[in-house]
Amino acid sequence: MVATANNGGRQATAALTPYAIELKGISKAFGPVQANKDINIAVPRGTIHGIIGENGAGKSTLMSILYGFYRADAGEVYINGKLTPIPDSQSAIRAGIGMVFQHFKLVQNFTVLENVILGAEDGPMLNTSLAKARKVLGDLSREYEMDVDPDALIEDLSVGHQQRVEILKALYRQADILILDEPTGVLTPDEADHLFRILNGLKDQGKTIILITHKLREIMEATDNVSVMRRGTMVATVKTAESSPESLAELMVGRKVLLEVEKVKATPGAVVLAVENLRVKDDDGIERLKGVSFEIRAGEILGIAGVAGNGQSELLEALGGIARATGRITLKGVDLPLVGLAANGQTRRAAGIAHVPEDRQHLGLIMDFSAWENVAFGYHNDPKYQKNAVFMDNDALRADTERKMATYDVRPPIATLAAKNFSGGNQQKIVVAREMEQNPDLLLIGQPTRGVDIGAIEFIHKQIVALRDAGKAILLVSVELDEIMSLSDRIAVMFDGQIMGTADPETTNERELGLLMAGVSGKA
Amino acid sequence: MDYETLMQIFGSTVRLGTPLLLACLAGLFSERAGIFDIGLEGKMLAAAMAAGSVAAMSGSAWIGLLAGIGASLIFSGLHGLASITFRGNQLISGVALNFLSSGITVLVAQALFGQGGRTPPLDGAARFNPITLPFAESLQDVPLIGPLYYQVISGHSILVYAAVAFVPLTWWVLYRTRFGLRLRAVGENPAAVDTAGVSVVGLRYAALAITGVLCGIAGAYMATALQAGFGREMTAGRGYIALAALIFAKWRPWQALGATMLFGFFQALALRPDVVESIARFKVPVSMLDALPYILTVLVLAGFVGKAIPPRAGGEPYVKER
Repeated sequence: MVATANNGGRQATAALTPYAIELKGISKAFGPVQANKDINIAVPRGTIHGIIGENGAGKSTLMSILYGFYRADAGEVYINGKLTPIPDSQSAIRAGIGMVFQHFKLVQNFTVLENVILGAEDGPMLNTSLAKARKVLGDLSREYEMDVDPDALIEDLSVGHQQRVEILKALYRQADILILDEPTGVLTPDEADHLFRILNGLKDQGKTIILITHKLREIMEATDNVSVMRRGTMVATVKTAESSPESLAELMVGRKVLLEVEKVKATPGAVVLAVENLRVKDDDGIERLKGVSFEIRAGEILGIAGVAGNGQSELLEALGGIARATGRITLKGVDLPLVGLAANGQTRRAAGIAHVPEDRQHLGLIMDFSAWENVAFGYHNDPKYQKNAVFMDNDALRADTERKMATYDVRPPIATLAAKNFSGGNQQKIVVAREMEQNPDLLLIGQPTRGVDIGAIEFIHKQIVALRDAGKAILLVSVELDEIMSLSDRIAVMFDGQIMGTADPETTNERELGLLMAGVSGKA
Repeated sequence: MDYETLMQIFGSTVRLGTPLLLACLAGLFSERAGIFDIGLEGKMLAAAMAAGSVAAMSGSAWIGLLAGIGASLIFSGLHGLASITFRGNQLISGVALNFLSSGITVLVAQALFGQGGRTPPLDGAARFNPITLPFAESLQDVPLIGPLYYQVISGHSILVYAAVAFVPLTWWVLYRTRFGLRLRAVGENPAAVDTAGVSVVGLRYAALAITGVLCGIAGAYMATALQAGFGREMTAGRGYIALAALIFAKWRPWQALGATMLFGFFQALALRPDVVESIARFKVPVSMLDALPYILTVLVLAGFVGKAIPPRAGGEPYVKER
């Protein structure tokens, strides 16, 4: 079942090798960090090959080497059996490699056509290139079910369409090998299904596809083979059909992992949070939250599902005191101020609302500040951190931080280390520790596991459930449907600033939620 | 104010607007490529000094022009080295180069000519002289068209006509050529250019080279066409006014023409206090008129022109992300 490169080295001829890509002994270090250690991988032509691994396992580094973004310290790249040095992206493109990055590399105020030809123009004048691209794009769109208006501006397209533009860009450059880095993170389930149909279409045309993802379900559904990376090494390459999500997760983390969240049925108590007709306008005066009402009871997790950008962020910000709002918010029967100076994060925290923001690197942490300084934020006026009327008690704060780091298994447990030097998962644990340890009545938690590795996901999920079981109310906002479905006691789906519908996680399914997420209120 | 006077003012608007236009187009190229260049002023000044000095020594305005372009290109290269190669702060690099230019121009001019940091007065072939277009003299008395042709269109140096020609040329390069597409892209999202296999650094240096050439022409025009020689701080903030005009024009070439000519008009008005007085019917202090272009600059920068969205990657050195 292990299908690693082992076909006798030198005598393999270009025509005979069944592999589109072979990487042999690839190593790459960034300073003292060994990002890739002697990686061997062989990808058979005309297959979809998954690469999974936790954050920092070296997947992106490996693909960046393959795309000429980095030079490997050692090792060789064979494309269709031929030794192909890839010193830069231009060589990778010439070798037939196309890459769709997680963060699209598109020029927002250019048209689709302009983006597609950028760097692949047919001469110094644009009009011939544009005319040719228009024709080629039309053919590709028909062939692979990818309609995109060639004259639309990128900024006017949905993320799903933008991703298609990235794929078209690669195909326009006649890529035979397509690498996709976390392609479904920003898509609705429907869009993701469509993407996989496109990928299967490409595979049928003999293209080779490498899919980097952390979603085990996608690996199981879409790939032929899967390679697992852990801490810079290639742990195994297996046929997908012969593996299981559990075995892959174990290979990734190096120990047994619980994929299902273990929790008992909720026993909701009194209403903690009541929201009535909440409305939020953005800086341009456009209404982003259009009259949202709901309640959360003690000992209950309400999950808010939805594609990013449908008002979830504004909801969290209004509740957290960051955004001005109209309507009504009551916490344990007390009205909270929605506008004016009294509506701020400080007063909300004092009222008993803790907030783990969606964007931890911008709202949750100051990346250049140390862990103990970050642990103080929002609670820096807490009497237990004060030495006297003037000075803070930094020693107490550091000791407190070290205790929290131990409880939440933050690695490395060094309170003086700057936030930016922790991995994504450990950064999140610092924020979660800070907020949960305040013992709030209500926890707002946005995208709790975005960019967080599987081991840490398991831990954070357990903490959320434990807080619920301690009788607290929790508002969970996530774009990961799996997370919403496994953690929530009730689910509300947001679309275009409104709650499209609610569902019971016991009885609903992805199809139903997906329709609600797409704005179709097809209540069965 | 009669028609004749208005045409005279428009004529000097063109003369005074030309260095602004050249500097504005210069800034357009670098900022569209994502490099903020507040050093337009310094480049113009260095070019004015080099052009004035070399023209004085060689007796040829054309050789002076080449020297001006050369001096400006050296400053562009330094800005590129600091802000592209070494990824320094573009604003600080620009400010530093302005200071350097302000000092070194006077120093060199003094060392060369010993006339208090000025170059000797230029005349004849050492200057770009006004060109009288065909029939300008004979049509002068034709109503309306005559004075317009004679005062506004005819009677400028070759550099003025070149500057105006650069406007459609810039538009064409920007929107109709491969280079222009890549240039605009690198100012909006350098990662898109990089992953397409095109050199971000190369494009940005190319943009700065164009900036250097255009600023060089602007400076040479100041010393060898608008005036007859270099004088200390002779650019008098025109580089900054050009930046304001660039924002006013929202980084587009035709609008840059309009914006710089508006600023040029205010500068031309400042030269005719008599006219302003006759319109306003009270005595307006000359210093007030001199301040007009700068006041307009402040108004433009304060956002009175609506929302101006600069190139998205502007001001940020490009670092490959992991």
